[in-house]
Amino acid sequence: MKDAFGTPQTLLVLGGTSEIGLATARRLVARRARTVWLAGRPSPSLDSAADGLRELGADVRTVPFDALDPSGHEELLGKVFAEGDIDMVLLAFGVLGDQAHDEARPLAAVRVAQTNYTGAVSSGLICAGALQAQGHGSLVVLSSVAGERARRANFIYGSSKAGLDAFAQGLGDALHGTGVHVMVVRPGFVRSRMTAGMAEAPLATTPDQVARAIERGLRRRSETVWVPGVLRVVMSALRHVPRPLFRRLPV
Amino acid sequence: MSAERAPATPTEHTAPPAPVTPVTPAPTAGRDGYLPVPVTGWGRTAPSAALLMRPRTHDEAVAAVHHCGSRGAIARGLGRAYGDAAQNAGGAVLDMTGLDRIRTIDAEGGVVVCDAGVSLHRLMEVLLPLGWFVPVTPGTRYVTVGGAVCADIHGKNHHVSGSFSRHVLSLELLTADGEVRTVLPGTELFDATAGGMGLTGVVLSTTLRLHPVQTSLMSVDTERTTDLDDLMARLTTGDDRYRYSVAWIDLLARGAATGRAVLTRGDHAPLDALPARARRRPLEFRPRRLPAPPGPVPGGLLGRTSVSVFNELWYRRAPRARRGRMQGIPAFFHPLDGVPHWNRVYGRGGFVQYQFVVGHGREEALREVVRRVAGRGCPSFLAVLKRFGEGDPGWLSFPMPGWTLALDVPAGLPGLDAFLDGLDQVVADAGGRVYLAKDSRLRPELLTVMYPGLDRFRALRARIDPRGVFVSDLARRLSL
Repeated sequence: MKDAFGTPQTLLVLGGTSEIGLATARRLVARRARTVWLAGRPSPSLDSAADGLRELGADVRTVPFDALDPSGHEELLGKVFAEGDIDMVLLAFGVLGDQAHDEARPLAAVRVAQTNYTGAVSSGLICAGALQAQGHGSLVVLSSVAGERARRANFIYGSSKAGLDAFAQGLGDALHGTGVHVMVVRPGFVRSRMTAGMAEAPLATTPDQVARAIERGLRRRSETVWVPGVLRVVMSALRHVPRPLFRRLPV
Repeated sequence: MSAERAPATPTEHTAPPAPVTPVTPAPTAGRDGYLPVPVTGWGRTAPSAALLMRPRTHDEAVAAVHHCGSRGAIARGLGRAYGDAAQNAGGAVLDMTGLDRIRTIDAEGGVVVCDAGVSLHRLMEVLLPLGWFVPVTPGTRYVTVGGAVCADIHGKNHHVSGSFSRHVLSLELLTADGEVRTVLPGTELFDATAGGMGLTGVVLSTTLRLHPVQTSLMSVDTERTTDLDDLMARLTTGDDRYRYSVAWIDLLARGAATGRAVLTRGDHAPLDALPARARRRPLEFRPRRLPAPPGPVPGGLLGRTSVSVFNELWYRRAPRARRGRMQGIPAFFHPLDGVPHWNRVYGRGGFVQYQFVVGHGREEALREVVRRVAGRGCPSFLAVLKRFGEGDPGWLSFPMPGWTLALDVPAGLPGLDAFLDGLDQVVADAGGRVYLAKDSRLRPELLTVMYPGLDRFRALRARIDPRGVFVSDLARRLSL
């Protein structure tokens, strides 16, 4: 169960090698979380992620999870929830893709969309149903500022996050009053493996800062969390910039 | 002589509604067609959804437990437990306020038999005119008798009278097997149920011994203390002269004034102490209530500045020393009951109440907690210190001989979780414990340290409720 501060005791991370996912898990293990499920494609990095959390004293279990195989989600996630209540599900998987490369090869672009959006729709709905049946829990969805307004530089990724974001907002409304809390997290540029070697955008943040914002959002039962918080203001201004101008902005 | 009373009709039920809006399904209709509703404790943190059932007879209660489904059931009274003790995510919550009959009153011997959903408020309305008072009342009258047993509540008279269950002569308890058992003090099941947070079964009715009074007024002595040591000294030397004793502490005062307090102590006024006018109706009980704060209150209303100002005024308003002042029962025992839904002033984020006890000889732990709270500047306008008497037999009963401090803090305070964990450690190291009826955040590992009776409790539950029919969010969170 979550405590009065929204801190979970059991945690399921979809995208078990995600840096933001693991940073969040580490923070929560330092508080109340004792059981962590890491769901991801079996790999040495998934195992070492699990070991890292075990060292902090958590009981960690890994499950094979592939966002690109929605047909297997129901059975697999069903097994996790059958083991006991999950207080928080963190939907943290996603790929950035390579815009120039993917524009030239539509199938690669489809892969980005399938991972970030389709995979999240199936696993998100399944987890939401399970949380609703247990009458409590948080579903935390990692969206992105890129989904707030399509940009020339990464609109394939951005559009997939836009879909995910809209999906998560609607799901949150659907679950309002059921004891289940859906929180959409919109980080800006995060310094991580995913963005290694890229030119850094203004207001860049780190996985740990995102994790801290998630913890605060849980405490406040927020529906939307921007990281850093000032992005809420920046994006609400950018959203209204006319397109001819937006096109030429160095964002 | 036993006076049979007609059962209270629903319109006579004057207690305010429970904080959640109860649906009223016939429990026999089962789960189908009833939507889960979000339920929280009085602190309004950590909501979870449950099917709310409202049995109106013992048979309906049996049926509700029978139909509660795989996620079990927990009884709920007027929802005054601060944390998640009366929540059951995904399962059933039995709103017991429908079981509200006072069955018999022995007006000469001072014994009442009543359903579990009867509030202490209702008991006072009925019993005071007959010259009887409830044996123990907490800071609110709006708790049910069933809740009072399951939390084994204490009041300002603990040093004299012990906790609520010490005055219970017998209980009717609905256990997981569907049986209704009569449970007597001195038995294992009684000691597990008193303070057992509703996890041994559903208390259906209670036989309670009452306290005789000549009037409904209190004769109260008030004094101000300069700091914590002064306060503790006065409580230690003077408490045996008073039936009721409690101190309000200003936890925002720092330095030499750390722990300054207003100490109020008193007893039921005898008839001849009343002014002539009041002597005509010595047992009158007509509490007044103010309008409730509106539903949506902005958070952060109770910041450090506003609470400091309040505390300063509250302290200065109290007389340095005044003896024999006449006060009504609501003003002395239940000042906050005058404001319905006062818990809303903490805004959407809600609040937590931290209440702990440490034994005699462990005063240093109490000083340490007060120092830390004052040093951090927790905006707590409600902080109460009391000296407990003998411990109570319930395995999970909270009181032990020593000092208990309770304080309210807004849950949204940054870093409050880690701060309170630190206080837990101080308390546990001193052999103390926190109160489960108030808890919403204890680290589960500390529970066995704080409650040595927990193993027996768990063993008994495993025996009489092997399928885990009775379960709550509190039980899940702390693995009770």
